[in-house]
Amino acid sequence: MKDLEKIANKIRCDIVKMVAKAGSGHPGGSLSSVEILTMLYFEKMKVDPKNPQMPNRDRLVMSKGHATPVLYSVLAAKGFFPEEELDHFRQLGSILQGHPDMRKVPGVEMSTGSLGQGISTAVGMAISGKLDQSDHRVYAILGDGELQEGLVWEAAMSAAHYKLDNLMAFVDNNDLQIDGDIRDVMSPYPIVDKFKAFGWHVISVEDGNSFDLLEKAWTEAKDVKGQPTVIICKTVKGKGVSYMENVCGWHGVAPKPEELEIALKELELED
Amino acid sequence: MKKSTRQAYGEHLNELFKSYPKMVVLDADLSGSTKTAVFKKEHPERHFNVGIAEANLMGVAAGLAAGGQIPWASTFAIFGTGRAFEIVRNSICYPNLNVKLALSHAGISAGEDGGSHQSVEDVSLMRSVPNMTVLVPADATETCRMMEAAMEIDGPVYIRLGRMDLEVLFDEDYEFTVGEGVELKIGRDVTIIAMGLMVEQAMIAAEYLKGEGISAAVINMGSIKPIDADLIVETAAKTGAIVTAEEHSIIGGLGSAVCEVVSERFPVPVVRVGLQDTFGQSGKAQDLLEHYGMTAEAIVAAAKEAIDKKV
Repeated sequence: MKDLEKIANKIRCDIVKMVAKAGSGHPGGSLSSVEILTMLYFEKMKVDPKNPQMPNRDRLVMSKGHATPVLYSVLAAKGFFPEEELDHFRQLGSILQGHPDMRKVPGVEMSTGSLGQGISTAVGMAISGKLDQSDHRVYAILGDGELQEGLVWEAAMSAAHYKLDNLMAFVDNNDLQIDGDIRDVMSPYPIVDKFKAFGWHVISVEDGNSFDLLEKAWTEAKDVKGQPTVIICKTVKGKGVSYMENVCGWHGVAPKPEELEIALKELELED
Repeated sequence: MKKSTRQAYGEHLNELFKSYPKMVVLDADLSGSTKTAVFKKEHPERHFNVGIAEANLMGVAAGLAAGGQIPWASTFAIFGTGRAFEIVRNSICYPNLNVKLALSHAGISAGEDGGSHQSVEDVSLMRSVPNMTVLVPADATETCRMMEAAMEIDGPVYIRLGRMDLEVLFDEDYEFTVGEGVELKIGRDVTIIAMGLMVEQAMIAAEYLKGEGISAAVINMGSIKPIDADLIVETAAKTGAIVTAEEHSIIGGLGSAVCEVVSERFPVPVVRVGLQDTFGQSGKAQDLLEHYGMTAEAIVAAAKEAIDKKV
């Protein structure tokens, strides 16, 4: 098993463990975006866990802020804070709030959770980078249900208008939201055409849980000039835990102890 | 001399930029009205017009602040505090980001555009959000002093601006400190605590009351949050009756803030002059102010009422 896949598997174990321990949280959309965050933090992003405020660091805004389990697990694995902290997720006094708080957690670049706002703030960060003539990148991770928020499209319009080629967005296109299939609740499709119409360079990844395909997309995106890029990643919600996969009920529900055991067994089998 | 607070804001942005090169100015297609166009003319590379998208205006401002810039975000008060409320709350105030909101056309003095565009609840909304500082200038001079004070705060500040030309009340040496009211007139019988364009009316009312043998103190309460609770208690103890005067709903604004202080620390009768839980309508600013009782006459009547209520 390659290094990244090993890390991803560990992240998945941490996600289900921390959500189970907390007794609440969002496992489904965390598991679907493990490969995206693992690739970015472990292969692509210029960040220094010892110096989280390094001025020219790359920034990642978790616009789908409810997916804190994946964000915190990756940041901890990367060394931004001790991994023991994951045990205190969502508990009184913990730095690890249910939704990310940039003032509490080293490595969290923006407080998010209210959907649509992260991408808007990422546009501001990217403009800031241009003003400072810094070569750092800004990444934004969006949910597909989140695309129903009008602010996403206000932000998308402005990112193209300001030619923010230092902004790269990923859509975790797992097709499920709290109330069901995104196509039944309020279809954001055609997602590719919408972003194209808003002036973005669009890359589709047919398996967003494949490091090889994500790598290819990132490599294409990094050289795009004069416009922002969005990578639409088809993913599996709950990926890696058989009973969670493609089940929207696992959006914001914690596994019980016996369910955790099954999940860890499955994930360790993959190891 | 007359000048609107929005005009003073636009002009003073250029002055401030000399000391704060990290400043950026944002607008949402109202730069001619909010007067950020004055800044844009001098520094087009640091002015961003995000179009008619107030939610994104606030999100982009938050991101710029996170990146180390110091954004001034401007639109009409109704949109900046109303439509974009939750972005201001969650993306600016919750992470305590260094964003300055200078929102104009507040109050019914916005005039002909009518009730849809006249915010009567903006102070109430902004005052309720943790980390937000709320400042309401009474004239052009105070606008400049408040902008300077806002730059000294590493966090969100809301400055409430108006469309209407107002008398310039204060000289250039006028001093303003966040959290402090300014006692413009000393009095014995009643205290008028006013904000914004009602400060001038308060001064006129005090003169009139003097003619009737009533000694009225006048306090310009430009800092609505934090509010000068000690000064309010001190004046309540001294005069025993308070009138508040604001071009804003009496629910949640200056009147409410003063009542919160006196009811907890030194209960005295308070009469609130302001919009009585109503929207505005179209009309000339001056006609609207008279129609809704935003006048010295209304303050005089309220002062007598407050004095009558003294135990």
